[in-house]
Amino acid sequence: MKHVPDATADRTFTEDGTTDRASVDSLLSELDEYAVEQALRIAESGPDVEICYLTVGPDDAKDALRKALAMGGDSAVHVADEDIEGSDVFATSLVLAQAIQRHGFDLVLCGMASTDGGAGVVPALLAERLGVPAVTHVEELTVEDGTVTGRREGDTATVRVRSGLPAVVSVTDRSGDARYPSFKGIMAAKKKPLETLGLGDLGIGAGQVGRTAAWSAVDTATRRPPRTKGELVSDDGTGGIGLAAFLTAKKFV
Amino acid sequence: MAEILVLVDHLDGVVRKPTLELLTLARRLGEPSAVFLGPGADSAADTLGRYGAAKVYVVDAPEVEEFLVTPAVDALTQIAESTTPAAILLPSGPDGKETAARVALRLGSGLITDAVDITAGADGRPVTEQSAFAATYQVTAHVTRGAPVITVKPNATAPEPAPVTPELEKRDIVFGPASAAVQILSRTARERGDRPELAEADIVVSGGRGVNGAENFAVIERVADALGAAVGASRAAVDAGWYPHSHQVGQTGTQVSPQLYLAAGISGAIQHRAGMQTSKTIVAVNKDADAPIFELADYGVVGDLFQVLPQLVEEIERRLS
Repeated sequence: MKHVPDATADRTFTEDGTTDRASVDSLLSELDEYAVEQALRIAESGPDVEICYLTVGPDDAKDALRKALAMGGDSAVHVADEDIEGSDVFATSLVLAQAIQRHGFDLVLCGMASTDGGAGVVPALLAERLGVPAVTHVEELTVEDGTVTGRREGDTATVRVRSGLPAVVSVTDRSGDARYPSFKGIMAAKKKPLETLGLGDLGIGAGQVGRTAAWSAVDTATRRPPRTKGELVSDDGTGGIGLAAFLTAKKFV
Repeated sequence: MAEILVLVDHLDGVVRKPTLELLTLARRLGEPSAVFLGPGADSAADTLGRYGAAKVYVVDAPEVEEFLVTPAVDALTQIAESTTPAAILLPSGPDGKETAARVALRLGSGLITDAVDITAGADGRPVTEQSAFAATYQVTAHVTRGAPVITVKPNATAPEPAPVTPELEKRDIVFGPASAAVQILSRTARERGDRPELAEADIVVSGGRGVNGAENFAVIERVADALGAAVGASRAAVDAGWYPHSHQVGQTGTQVSPQLYLAAGISGAIQHRAGMQTSKTIVAVNKDADAPIFELADYGVVGDLFQVLPQLVEEIERRLS
């Protein structure tokens, strides 16, 4: 799960090139809700399924876990440590992988990308670090008899894939609408166990994470100048002709 | 000159346009070498050479076709280890980004995804430009460790030919156990009409909620055909089942950056703007004069798309005849 600045708000960068988390409210990344939904469907389809949510982030990232727990599931782990701030995808995946190893797993479900950074590479990096298969970007998912099958929509083809468990799977926003937490679910979530861990619990040194350990660096983050508002005409019956003239002048016709 | 590896995106040996853009960008950093995985390298070599690939490393192993992503990771990592390139460029797509991330981790190299431009910095090393926060920010960045691994979005630059005669070099790869992890059970090629692909198209014509029905998308398609454009759709139109998801433009669909984006019946929610805001010229047709899409538009028509668009097609045809 990732706790991200609200994508519908006006998001900004701080001076050091990291996301400004203070200026807008954060919430559970919309794309992660699809992963929660798939986890719940798997749990509903058979016995002996335990769902544990995991996030890395500052103190209020707990809210993302509570939201997921309100949708369903059993427990949550929150990795919080000041030294993690400014981590790149490699450090983030290291922290997540250590926490996952510590807990044990059969299946790691992720959203296809976060709605803030949006790189979408953490699932693959987790699989690489955990040494298990990655079935990424699936729109349709079936887990049964120790295997996972999925359908991926590529640029040029639809591909059906299969792998054994344990595995890392990332699901797209086409995998199935996420449910809303019920009032009962919200109340129940308050009583579900939520464990908080630091880097020390995961055997990770402060020097392995954070901005100074990042393998890339932001030079500048500048707000794009707002597009200058163009010509706006009301259709008086010749709107199409006027538009054709504009497109011709711009050499698109 | 420094060697720059470019992973080739191809369909049965037919090189796709984003690869030509990568080769063009690679020439700003050094001498491009193409990495071609799968069958069809001989037919692809001409195209790759025309865009400046002095070398083509060829891995024609069955693993590449039978298993998802990880064989490409093994191949690219091993080729990178033996060539010590100054940078590695891949197309930004689910497969390209996954390959890039794993290769970068194995090589201990920094990674930058979704670049919209690359230039050579003062020391010759790549400086990238990315769009962030629904394209409201422009971010420049560089890699601080190892050979930079960079994925680049389609339409980052116009492909420019720079013909050379490429040297083909076959490479044998030692595939690790992880390479056989995710089996490809079937591959069904997407049916393609005569229209250009959405992500690569120079012109995109999109319809949204205002199109009001699957059958009405014919209006959008006629404009697209008159302009030689790809057809896009907003999430609202896709969720309503009016047009296939593969045509969705937006944060969770395809992010496009064409020369011209024509939005009809689209109000311009933030998620949609995130997918098209970097278009060079934006045109909008919408009944609602207060639609946020008009804030971006270089030219906006407040009117009924069912009046404006057919007239537009007629006028284009008149001008062309």
